[in-house]
Amino acid sequence: MQLNRHRRPRAALFAAASLFIAVGAYGQTAQALQTRALAGTCANCHGTDGNAVPGQPMPRLAGLPKNYIVEQMQAFRDGKRPATVMHQLAKGYSNEQIDALAGFFAAQK
Amino acid sequence: MMQRRELIQGLLAGGTLAALGGCASSGATPSSAKVVVVGGGYGGATAAKYVRLFSAQSLDVVLIEPNRSFVSCPMSNLVVGGVRQMADITVPYDSLRSKHGVTIVHDTVSVIDAQKKTVTLAGGASIRYDKLVLSPGVELMFDSVAGLQQAQADGRILQAWKAGPETVALFRQLEAMRDGGTYALTIPEAPYRCPPGPYERASVVAAYLKRTKPKSKVLILDANPDVTSKAGLFKKAWADLYGGMLEYRPQHKAIAVDSKTLTVKFEVHDEVKADVLNVLPSMRAGALAVQSGLANANARWCTVNFQTFESTAAKDIHVLGDSILAAPLMPKSGHMANNHGKVAAAAIVAELTGLEVNPRPMLSNTCYSFVSATEGIHVASVHEYVAAEKTFKTVAGSGGVSAARSELEGTFATAWAYNIWADSLG
Repeated sequence: MQLNRHRRPRAALFAAASLFIAVGAYGQTAQALQTRALAGTCANCHGTDGNAVPGQPMPRLAGLPKNYIVEQMQAFRDGKRPATVMHQLAKGYSNEQIDALAGFFAAQK
Repeated sequence: MMQRRELIQGLLAGGTLAALGGCASSGATPSSAKVVVVGGGYGGATAAKYVRLFSAQSLDVVLIEPNRSFVSCPMSNLVVGGVRQMADITVPYDSLRSKHGVTIVHDTVSVIDAQKKTVTLAGGASIRYDKLVLSPGVELMFDSVAGLQQAQADGRILQAWKAGPETVALFRQLEAMRDGGTYALTIPEAPYRCPPGPYERASVVAAYLKRTKPKSKVLILDANPDVTSKAGLFKKAWADLYGGMLEYRPQHKAIAVDSKTLTVKFEVHDEVKADVLNVLPSMRAGALAVQSGLANANARWCTVNFQTFESTAAKDIHVLGDSILAAPLMPKSGHMANNHGKVAAAAIVAELTGLEVNPRPMLSNTCYSFVSATEGIHVASVHEYVAAEKTFKTVAGSGGVSAARSELEGTFATAWAYNIWADSLG
């Protein structure tokens, strides 16, 4: 149930999107901006756009393979990967959000 | 070189008198900007940087901040506890300018005109904005404790609740205290800046005294009915590490101080005399927010539309950080202010570039606290905007506190600081 929490009917998404300009003044889509802002909730510990401060224990997420990020987030959520805090934070994100975050960080250099 | 170029740009922009008038700003003060950010703390600095990032450097941003460097409140208790120096918690603003193209004006705002959409600086210049971001932090309400204003002015009873010279001054008081003396810390009723902060301070001060003056005592005098954050973890640390040395007393609301005798009086309980007295008064939104009519919740906190952090009192003014009337379970923390800054930045960029504003923004929070010089604990949460209720709520099943205090979490606390400073300012 939790996994479907944020899923919406596809038709509703199209209807919502058609009400707004899809691409902003600088060629950015609303979805791209929202994903980047969502990644901002990781940036406080893992660095802006996933570029963590070198030499600190929080790993750099930028450039990690997408599948790896998704697997690790699921492992945190399921308790399969031990953690001090990530098991608590990972439970705050839906599958769709984790997928979007993983795709975003994998695409960063 | 850089300064001269900025000065020339300022002259061309028409800011002649202000720029030549020798006001506190370095270089030029533009006469207008798409986005003006007031306050360079965790909220404002992050908003300034992220408007630039989210707009691909297309929207010009002016940040107005009187201080030449950022001094972090998180980690500042370690300076009070004698294990860190001010240099360790101080970060320059340079990268916001050099790396992100934010124009930084070192000045204060004296007036906001929400109708004309201008801010007037103490130095005299006026800047027109399309969007204003206000991140003014908190104002300490000295009037809430009789005699405190004077005791503070005399340097007798400090707060050190805004990291800076007082942080060091409080450490100096502890350093000068005799072995066998009492350090007393009073905590105001919630909400106040940084819920776990006072308990962390009491812990690291106890650790310092245990190391250097083991006959001394730490007294926590809390206006609240119980420890307001990470209660179980703090109490266990106190019992394990500082038994007999640290005492916690709830329901102690400070109402008056005597500067000469370092005595604090309470609403109900007997007065307490200390050798170092650290009194935290009640708090409200930063003075500029109150003066500007933005603190529309009991004249104390600023109510915002949580989807965008736009004030409910004024259009195109977004208010962030400790100054807002928080959503349920949303702490007044630097981490939270940093996240407010990103949600506001994304909303502002969307609105100014013709994109749909995110219907469901998210926030995260992790507050680390030290319970000794090396051991840390945390509380974490994830918050989602719920449109139907127009507020942020914690995501069900997410968040929590440390299983136990540990040196590993102390290491993470320090790493958190380095990363959030880089994310906010780097």
